[in-house]
Amino acid sequence: MKALIESIVMSLVDHPESVVVTEQEEDAKVVYHLTVHESDVGKVIGKNGRIAKAIRTVVYAAKTNRDKRIYLDIM
Amino acid sequence: MKEITASGQTVEQAVKSALEQLNTTRDQVKIDIIDEGKKGLLGVFGSKLAVVKVTMIKDPIKTGEEFILDVTAKMNVPVQVSTVKDEDTRTLTFNLEGEKMGMLIGKRGQTLNALQYLVHLVVNKNSENHFSVIVDAEGYRDRRKASLDSLAHKMAEKALYLQRKVALEPMPAFERKIIHQMLQSDDRISTYSDGQEPHRHIVIVPSQSK
Repeated sequence: MKALIESIVMSLVDHPESVVVTEQEEDAKVVYHLTVHESDVGKVIGKNGRIAKAIRTVVYAAKTNRDKRIYLDIM
Repeated sequence: MKEITASGQTVEQAVKSALEQLNTTRDQVKIDIIDEGKKGLLGVFGSKLAVVKVTMIKDPIKTGEEFILDVTAKMNVPVQVSTVKDEDTRTLTFNLEGEKMGMLIGKRGQTLNALQYLVHLVVNKNSENHFSVIVDAEGYRDRRKASLDSLAHKMAEKALYLQRKVALEPMPAFERKIIHQMLQSDDRISTYSDGQEPHRHIVIVPSQSK
């Protein structure tokens, strides 16, 4: 899952080396925190959050066998 | 995207040196001249080196296919991709085939549409030649077109029967276009789109109503 987020985001940004995804497991869900280079923020959020929404849709579709809900947090 | 800045006595030499470093050929790069350089007096005093920025251009088909294969593999939905390029409409159609396509399509194609949007961004990133991108999975786009077809006609009949406007559910732009085109020839009704993305939707109005 982490690898999936990294793959998508790294293909979108200008500074792939600054992409950091951290995984944080909570009771009912797994939260993935995404940070990117300052100048790339717009490239992962997009106009009206359109890109962020597309990333989330694809990531949420890739459910693992773990039954926990996943949540993608973009900093 | 690989890019490199190189310098040389002349622009020509700078480019040549950059191409050597990138181990590529001229038709696969974009060249920006940062400084033309100056010969200077006797080639020594006041001379300035020419500086160029050379950026590798990746083949859009290859870029798109690599992205799709990478993402789907990490979603545990392995696929095969075949790509069709239409030079006239500048459209790239990526056809995906595999076992768990339903998972990749999602409800009303929302996952496929999201993937299509991401592929569109990746393919057109840093590229001057814009391409339209279609990502299709096992003929989903055709099947969807057929169901939009019947939906459009059903809703047009409803608008006529009720003699009032009928709003459809929100759809992405390319799906609205299909419905607009479908109903264009029917002069008993007219269609328009209302609302802001991503809630933009089609409204069908009977022609003679106020």
